[in-house]
Amino acid sequence: MSLYDELGGAPALDAAVDIFYRKVLSDDRIARFFDGVDMERQAAKQKGFLTMVLGGPNHYTGKDMRTGHAHLLAKGLNDSHVDAVIENLGATLAELGVSAEKIAEVAALANSVRDDVLSRDHKPAV
Amino acid sequence: MPVLHHGDLHLSLEPGETALDALLRAGVPVPNSCRAGACQSCRLRASSGDPPPASQVGLKPTQRERGYFLACLCRPESDLTIAVDDDPPQDAEVVAIEPLSVDVVRLRLRPLAPLVHRAGQFITLLRADGLARSYSLANLPGDDTLELHVRALPHGRMSQWIAHDLRPGDQLRIRGPEGDCFYTDGSPEQPLLLIGTGTGLAPLLGIARDALHRGHTGPITLLHGAVTPAGLYLVDVLKDMSRAHANFSYLRCALHGEAAEGLQIGGIEAVAAALHPKLAGHRVFLCGDPERVQALRKQCFLRGARMDQILADAFVTARPPV
Repeated sequence: MSLYDELGGAPALDAAVDIFYRKVLSDDRIARFFDGVDMERQAAKQKGFLTMVLGGPNHYTGKDMRTGHAHLLAKGLNDSHVDAVIENLGATLAELGVSAEKIAEVAALANSVRDDVLSRDHKPAV
Repeated sequence: MPVLHHGDLHLSLEPGETALDALLRAGVPVPNSCRAGACQSCRLRASSGDPPPASQVGLKPTQRERGYFLACLCRPESDLTIAVDDDPPQDAEVVAIEPLSVDVVRLRLRPLAPLVHRAGQFITLLRADGLARSYSLANLPGDDTLELHVRALPHGRMSQWIAHDLRPGDQLRIRGPEGDCFYTDGSPEQPLLLIGTGTGLAPLLGIARDALHRGHTGPITLLHGAVTPAGLYLVDVLKDMSRAHANFSYLRCALHGEAAEGLQIGGIEAVAAALHPKLAGHRVFLCGDPERVQALRKQCFLRGARMDQILADAFVTARPPV
């Protein structure tokens, strides 16, 4: 059973998106990237992202993630901002009662899109 | 087998087939992405028939009521007709044009056939030369006439014409209604917060009237803002409403001017924030100037209102002619 199903599937995800998006908008490190966006469309995109990282049904494509964030690279989007988003994701799941172990799994999945978000071809050497 | 009607297409659905699959199979280019009800890019509207409740999960109550559904989750149990085109325009007669403030008039129209709508939705007025502009409905469904508030913009082609040239008895065509910013039943005790600038009052007045008419018992707060106190109109009507209904309160604010009883001076976001610092559990309606609506939406969300409990109608004005 995926974490997505454990949390209650699509209906439960609206609540999760609310918590997550509120954290992201309140986070001074990344809030500026969300200035002037259509909040409803943004929430729908975040729902898609959460569905994916929680193991729910999705048709994730790296291409969408690249085109969706390309304009933010010009605004200085970098690894530290991706870190902040993943941190907010973890805090959201903790608030929903998800265990630290499961949160680490979700963070790993979220990390897997990092290169697409930042339009990088190869993962940097660790 | 249920049949899916889409324009000239009449598709018999295979067992278990979704509306999205059937439409794509027939070559209808329906936008889609996650196919799991998350991205909502395949959202369609049924003009007749009942979409299965499972295909409306995650949509706003106002969208559900208007027949919107997600095609990827839609396995119809009975026939469904998908809205393909706007409803054709219909004729309406001008009943009255009355001034409400220095630059706002109330236009009353009688449609030749009764208009099925919800208070707070908008219609589009079509002039004979093709000029089209949208205005919100302040009246209740079932009223004899439609009530629109029109602000005469300095270079407004439609609004200046309405304010100065249109006469009772003249004919117009109207299209609609459209819009998701309206009251829905189901939570009569929920606190409602209505915030608007300028003629954003029109839909909010309609929504407040509708909520009261439908027996809403929770507190309803309406905050109307303008640049100066002269831009606030229907003040006496709203004061009367607050005297007549214990659960309805009316406040107004202006950016400049002198404070008075029930009138605060300040930006509408600041006034709204002081009024209700916490909005968890509230339903919020925001109408009027797009920048104010966007700022208020963010503020209300950060103060705890759920995203799907914030309904908004931002009034985008046409660019003045160069």
